[in-house]
Amino acid sequence: MSIELKSASKTVRGITHIQPTSLKMSTGHFNVLLGQTGSGKTSLIKLMAGLDPLATGQIFLDGEDVSKLSTQKRNISLVHQFFVNYPHMSVFDNIASPLKVTGMAPSEIEGRVQEAADILQLGPMLKRRPHELSGGQQQRCALARAIAKESRAVFLDEPLANLDYKLREELREQLPELFAGRGAVVVYATSEPEEALLLGGETALMDDGIVTQFGQTAEIYRKPTNLTAARVFSNPPINAAEISKVGKVAKLHDGVSWDMHEDAANLPDGEYVVAIRPHHVLPVKQSDADVALNGIVQVTELSGSESSAHFQMGANGWVSLSAGVHSYKVGENHQFFMDAKKAFYFAPDGRLVA
Amino acid sequence: MAKVTLSNLRHSYLSNPSRPTDYALKEINLDWKDGGAYALLGPSGCGKSTLLNIVSGLLTPSEGRILFDGKDVTSLAPDQRNIAQVFQFPVIYDTMTVRENLAFPLRNRGVAESKVTKRVAEIAEMLEVGEMLDTRAAHLSPDNKQKISMGRGLVRDDVNVVMFDEPLTVIDPHLKWKLRSKLKELHQRVRATMIYVTHDQTEALTFADQVVVMQEGEVVQIGTPVELFERPQHTFVGHFIGSPGMNILPASVENNKVIFNGNTVAVEGNIIGNGGTTELGVRPEFVSVSATGIPARVRKVSDIGRHAVIETMVGDMRVRAVAETAHFEQGTEVHLTFKKDQTRLYRDGWIATEVAS
Amino acid sequence: MKTENQRAWFFVLPVLLLVAFNALVPIMTVVNYSVQETFGNNIFFWQGLDWFEQILRSDRFHAALGRQFMFTFLILVIEVPLGIIVALSMPRKGFWVPVCLVTMALPMLIPWNVVGSMWNIFTLPNIGLLGYFMNDVLGVNYDMTQQPISAWITIVVMDVWHWTSLVVLLSYAGLVSIPDAYYQAAKIDSASPWKVFRYIQLPKMKTVLTIAILLRFMDSFNIYTEPFVLTGGGPGNSTTLLSIDLVKIALGQFDLGPAAAMSLIYFAITLLVSWLFYTLMTKDDAQ
Repeated sequence: MSIELKSASKTVRGITHIQPTSLKMSTGHFNVLLGQTGSGKTSLIKLMAGLDPLATGQIFLDGEDVSKLSTQKRNISLVHQFFVNYPHMSVFDNIASPLKVTGMAPSEIEGRVQEAADILQLGPMLKRRPHELSGGQQQRCALARAIAKESRAVFLDEPLANLDYKLREELREQLPELFAGRGAVVVYATSEPEEALLLGGETALMDDGIVTQFGQTAEIYRKPTNLTAARVFSNPPINAAEISKVGKVAKLHDGVSWDMHEDAANLPDGEYVVAIRPHHVLPVKQSDADVALNGIVQVTELSGSESSAHFQMGANGWVSLSAGVHSYKVGENHQFFMDAKKAFYFAPDGRLVA
Repeated sequence: MAKVTLSNLRHSYLSNPSRPTDYALKEINLDWKDGGAYALLGPSGCGKSTLLNIVSGLLTPSEGRILFDGKDVTSLAPDQRNIAQVFQFPVIYDTMTVRENLAFPLRNRGVAESKVTKRVAEIAEMLEVGEMLDTRAAHLSPDNKQKISMGRGLVRDDVNVVMFDEPLTVIDPHLKWKLRSKLKELHQRVRATMIYVTHDQTEALTFADQVVVMQEGEVVQIGTPVELFERPQHTFVGHFIGSPGMNILPASVENNKVIFNGNTVAVEGNIIGNGGTTELGVRPEFVSVSATGIPARVRKVSDIGRHAVIETMVGDMRVRAVAETAHFEQGTEVHLTFKKDQTRLYRDGWIATEVAS
Repeated sequence: MKTENQRAWFFVLPVLLLVAFNALVPIMTVVNYSVQETFGNNIFFWQGLDWFEQILRSDRFHAALGRQFMFTFLILVIEVPLGIIVALSMPRKGFWVPVCLVTMALPMLIPWNVVGSMWNIFTLPNIGLLGYFMNDVLGVNYDMTQQPISAWITIVVMDVWHWTSLVVLLSYAGLVSIPDAYYQAAKIDSASPWKVFRYIQLPKMKTVLTIAILLRFMDSFNIYTEPFVLTGGGPGNSTTLLSIDLVKIALGQFDLGPAAAMSLIYFAITLLVSWLFYTLMTKDDAQ
């Protein structure tokens, strides 16, 4: 099973919401659409689902051109962020609703509904109405409906965004197992890079209606092809600053300099942008090769096992992310150490060069 | 600013509660120091919003008392308690400008106009909304609207307690950290007693000096962010705080030793008490994959970029470990070592080991 | 998807034809009559815009128009605040809610001519309950068949009784959609009940109130059945509202030309004032 887009785009009243995009997504793994709010993830999903018309291009489901086919005929499922369930029907009827429309035999409907409910632990709640369930249970009901339908493609549009973060973690673990072996193409939209990494598979990075990069999740993470991709795939935001390269040395505008690694040192001299992820900027020296950065701490955050500090050095804001609990005094100078070997270098036009 | 005391507080939404499960809030006794930043952390339905509404006066508790600086305010209405509350979604007066919104609580109390102008200017500067003062409140973005909601709470200088009920719910994810730090900054400047209710550990641990962790109407642990992470008193705290949460594994005690799946495990110190369901608690950050130790099989490897989470199976129990790299093959046999001073025994959920002296 | 859109037109076509036949044809007939003179026998003489001029200059038309505006003004001024006040006093949760809602809906369910007849009998002096009560118990000289003032008061009170419920139900719908948090915030801000009304409830009810006012305006401006059954336009022509006058000219005097012209002018005025109303009320949203 696969979904293929060929130069598909969407325009609303002259404004292009999705630039012409060509993508191929297959089954067997999660296809993640990663991007911030407003980057076009939902628009792209609606295009693939048939809820919005194509301005240009075509969409193929399993090789069949469905560009002009209505949503009802495409045999897809969609799970929303906002727990969409029919409020006047019981959980059982909710899960059965897509099956009833196809005229399936009641005994078979019951079998499939029961199976989906069991997988999502909704067995005891089949007779209840959605408003009697908790948020997590309502979302599981929506997921059960998507599974029971056994459609060719399942679209999950930030389905966990409205849940408690712990519940989010638990459901996120169950999701891959839910869809394993079902043979449907799964497309999952999210704005959190961590979810993309945890769900694995292939990821499409989106920004402003453009898919900047698409490929194996881990690979894209390690090798973003341009600055936008690097930015999208980083939380907290990636540290980026302009440098001038002379010989083997990279120099920031405020004077801090370091020796660049092999691949970067061979580039022609000139202006570049260096980008390094926050977890390579630490409050403690890891090795002698680390570059010292001094800055004034402005914001500190604690997240269970990790602490982050936002500090200002010259004209740039930097973020450091480290394991364990560190206390930083806001407003005071602090020294951080950057592992220059892990830095990316981008040309001024955004392309990755080293 | 006031010290808040909760004394023998219990609450049930039913008129004739009989069993413990009828109570939304089970017995709570708490002391909140004047000017401190506190968080109420817990999953949906744990009672944190109920507790917040009781403190603000929007709900009268079935039993118990609330005291502000020793004075019993249990029967007082919200506007008589001098509190401020910020809700999940921005509550602003649409037809008024930002300036009028901020001035509203002061004008209602008959404060002199000169003082009103001064206070509004101060708060606007703190919240960085100075340029929007004459814009109609309805035209602002959600995060600015929420700032105005907060501002309205802070504009009065006789506020005893400021309460936040999951205030970042409607804020765009990539703007959340800005408002989080703004809140922390506000607390530093205003020094009012602030209580922040949330289910998000990052919000709670970043904002508060002291976090009250709740589960099913009960206070499970109160401590600093560091204490909660390093030494959870209850398995729920270990599970809820930290991502991924603490490994909670069934274990037994024989001859003063903790046995897990046939392996003897060293714990932080002496074991206290006896009986009950015993469990072993150790955070994945303190579980390492090594050459010797408890035998396990790798089930799944998740690469989160900055580190990897290795999920292993010991028997039919899942044990997670955090490792630097993800170079483990699914299905391989490995060994796990638990860091001794971070491994604890829990009895019926509560901690049952002492720190070694 | 494009094929489906076109198919839809085929389904709509029969309805369109039916509506066209029932609405457009009569309007065209009226327009036709308004520019011609007839004495019957299907003989028509072209009059151009004479009828329009005649109507617009006639004192009779001005008087009826004046009465109509007065009536609508009174209706709006009484029904809207009254409706809001009643909606504010209705409970928002609990057992009494459906009871209140049904009670409010009842007056609107009664056929309009029955409403007129009811009030007619109710207010007849000496015979009707109210008439008897006013004249013989309170000693007030009340006779809506003879006194213009009493007739006016009666038609206004009748309409208030009949239609305030609409404003109540619409306002109520707007009120219950306000989340509790707003009231809680107002409590914390020490806002007085008047301020709560002015800054929270009224703004949030704005959309529904616009609809309610627009509906009441249009209906009261075009009203015919109830006042006609109640007073017949009397005593004399004191309660002869525009629509009643129109019917007198058309059916009473059989002056089809002037009547047709008057209908069109009536229609134009309703349209104009509705448009003005609507623009004014939604002006803020356009910003």
